[in-house]
Amino acid sequence: MSSSPYAAAPESTRPRIRDEYGLFIGGTWSAPQSGRYDVTIDPAREEPIARVAYGGPDDVARAIRSARKAYERWWAPMKPATRAKYLFRIARAITERSREIAVLESMDGGKPIREARDFDVPMAAAHFFYYAGWADKLEWVLRAGRRPQPLGVCGAIVPWNFPLLMAAWKIAPALACGNTVVLKPAETTPMTALLLAEIARDADLPPGVLNVVTGDGATGAALVAHPGLDKVAFTGSTEVGREIARALAGRETRLTLELGGKAAHILFEDAPLDQAIEGVVRGIYFNQGHVCCAGSRLLVEESILDETVARLQQRIDRLRVGDPLDKNTDIGAINSRAQLERIDELVRSGVEQGATLIQQRCDLPERGYFYRASFFTNVQSSHRIAREEIFGPVLAVMSFRTPEEAIEKANDTPYGLSAGVWTERGSTNMAVARGLTAGVVWCNTFNRFDPASPFGGFRESGFGREGGVHGLNEYLA
Amino acid sequence: MKRVCVDAVMLESRSNELAARSIKGETKRAWIDLAISCIDLTTLEGRDSPGRVRSLCAKARTPLPGSDAPSVAAVCVYPNFVGIARRALEGSAIRVASVATAFPAGQSELAVKLADTEQALGAGADEIDMVIDRGAFLSGDEDRVVAEIRAVKDRCGDRHLKVILETGELGSYTAIRRACDLALEAGADTIKSSTGKIGTNATFPTALAMCDALASFFRRTGVRRGLKLAGGIRNTKQALGYLAILNETLGEPWLDPGSFRFGASALLDDLLMQRERVRTGHYTRPERIPKD
Repeated sequence: MSSSPYAAAPESTRPRIRDEYGLFIGGTWSAPQSGRYDVTIDPAREEPIARVAYGGPDDVARAIRSARKAYERWWAPMKPATRAKYLFRIARAITERSREIAVLESMDGGKPIREARDFDVPMAAAHFFYYAGWADKLEWVLRAGRRPQPLGVCGAIVPWNFPLLMAAWKIAPALACGNTVVLKPAETTPMTALLLAEIARDADLPPGVLNVVTGDGATGAALVAHPGLDKVAFTGSTEVGREIARALAGRETRLTLELGGKAAHILFEDAPLDQAIEGVVRGIYFNQGHVCCAGSRLLVEESILDETVARLQQRIDRLRVGDPLDKNTDIGAINSRAQLERIDELVRSGVEQGATLIQQRCDLPERGYFYRASFFTNVQSSHRIAREEIFGPVLAVMSFRTPEEAIEKANDTPYGLSAGVWTERGSTNMAVARGLTAGVVWCNTFNRFDPASPFGGFRESGFGREGGVHGLNEYLA
Repeated sequence: MKRVCVDAVMLESRSNELAARSIKGETKRAWIDLAISCIDLTTLEGRDSPGRVRSLCAKARTPLPGSDAPSVAAVCVYPNFVGIARRALEGSAIRVASVATAFPAGQSELAVKLADTEQALGAGADEIDMVIDRGAFLSGDEDRVVAEIRAVKDRCGDRHLKVILETGELGSYTAIRRACDLALEAGADTIKSSTGKIGTNATFPTALAMCDALASFFRRTGVRRGLKLAGGIRNTKQALGYLAILNETLGEPWLDPGSFRFGASALLDDLLMQRERVRTGHYTRPERIPKD
């Protein structure tokens, strides 16, 4: 049975967007040394949003110098309670400007406005609020007797899937601990980082405490290569994570990496199935599947495999794919043409290797980068779609017979970021969760976040934790 | 019959997400009229009088004189007013629904409940809203719950039976789901959330759990059974939220008074206000909407 379509419900707020954005260094906007500006586009309309400065090695060096000066002169010596005041101010400003930020995040990245509005922006504000509260209580973070000391200048390199939120995950604890930051947003999604720079300036944050250097992978590499950095926090692909680790080898620079994932849901026969189906759908189709902890594999107990597949097929037909700025859109635009091509290539490999592809039946907009909600059945653990991170709305469904087999299959991946267990029995839940090699295990839910809860991976999903008290440890000497 | 468990955290999060759908433009216009046409306009008060029932029936026929607002689905009264409602609604398609089986608590012997039902049917009720024996259900005596529903359905014959679960008294979503499954198995034409006589009435998560039960019954049997949500639904925003939940779980075929009802009284006035707002672009004075 089909559901009735909804009349268009477009978000009417339009953020103020300048034609051109410079680099935010030392509290002011400046042109890049190279004079180069790149255009950032709206992936749902394939239209330009703004011209954004391209930061080169000289710009990076200037940003680090400014961050160093701010660190030594103002930020590290500052009374922790005063630092907290600035962070609270930023948190409040994010809340006050939440609608504008959400629209900008949706336009620049392609994510549904509903998700930007209900998840990205409030969660980013929550991280600032949370870590603001910690700023003057850091003695309780470390073992008794150790005095909390900041590290110095931190380089934060963030991905395009949750541009503002990932920046907040890094900036908030870094600043709370007394460090200063050079932020390098992703090439395709610089807009909210630039808006955050505006917010920092409006909050009178001392110049140089937060610097934003836009650019591409080479800009990030220049940042990592600079000897003036005391810490690098990176969220992104495992491939780039490896390069960063190599670049930092033999240096004193601290590093945390939050990389890819290939998380498994384990769905037991006694699970609350109606909610589990919703959880699986939310787990993989949230943010078009551009989520490092997405539940991209589904392991189903054999006795309910057919029912689960039938239910999933019905369910994905009800997802609303389209204009990210429509408030009822469930799946927005894929972030870039390159990512769309990568998803398409991996899905084709799945079909070629013999898995059965099931896709949502719906029309896609004529312009923009869109992909239908998809899943595969008859998947073997050796298929590329079961091993590689697709980073798109594509799920691989497999089955198991015993809890041992489920754990083995779930762990059969180079990654170890997250996992989901669906069962009504607490004992099964605990036993299975203990067996999983994953930084986060969600039980009867998925993709739930809280600033107080640490997040991070094992194996090729990276190391270090963000969020909670654990997240502070990464920014203290 | 397999016991289905329901997880509260995900149920609540999903139902609130669906209820927050942005219903605008043509959809809003159509759904306001749909909501009006799905109302069981209800009066179940100790102070009900023949005059009050007659004026309710007049409002059921023509909710807003001088407008093209649709009439409601049914008028719902106590058994002793069925005859009056029947005569007042003569010549219209509006149905007469009657609560029965010792409404609202259901604390009586089966013989009394059946007599109650027969009296309402005899007076011309098209639909019976019965209550389940919550005492029996909570003590684990599911057979008795099922037997009572069967006995009442037996008396109803072709006439429509709605089974009120009084979800606010059942304690958990899993219990609510169990009560839905039992009632559907026992032959309920419609499952209904609440009597409106206790503190907790219809809620978004309860509605979602009930929709899931109906969807499951439909998948298993191919038979489309109905849903009635009652109690505390007072404004258009709530009503549109419930319709969105219905739309995205059961789908379009349920968006019809044959399969879905709101048990309400004050809701109608707010829907009429919003209806005018959508059509004219501004709010009308509340005084322009007749109270009953």
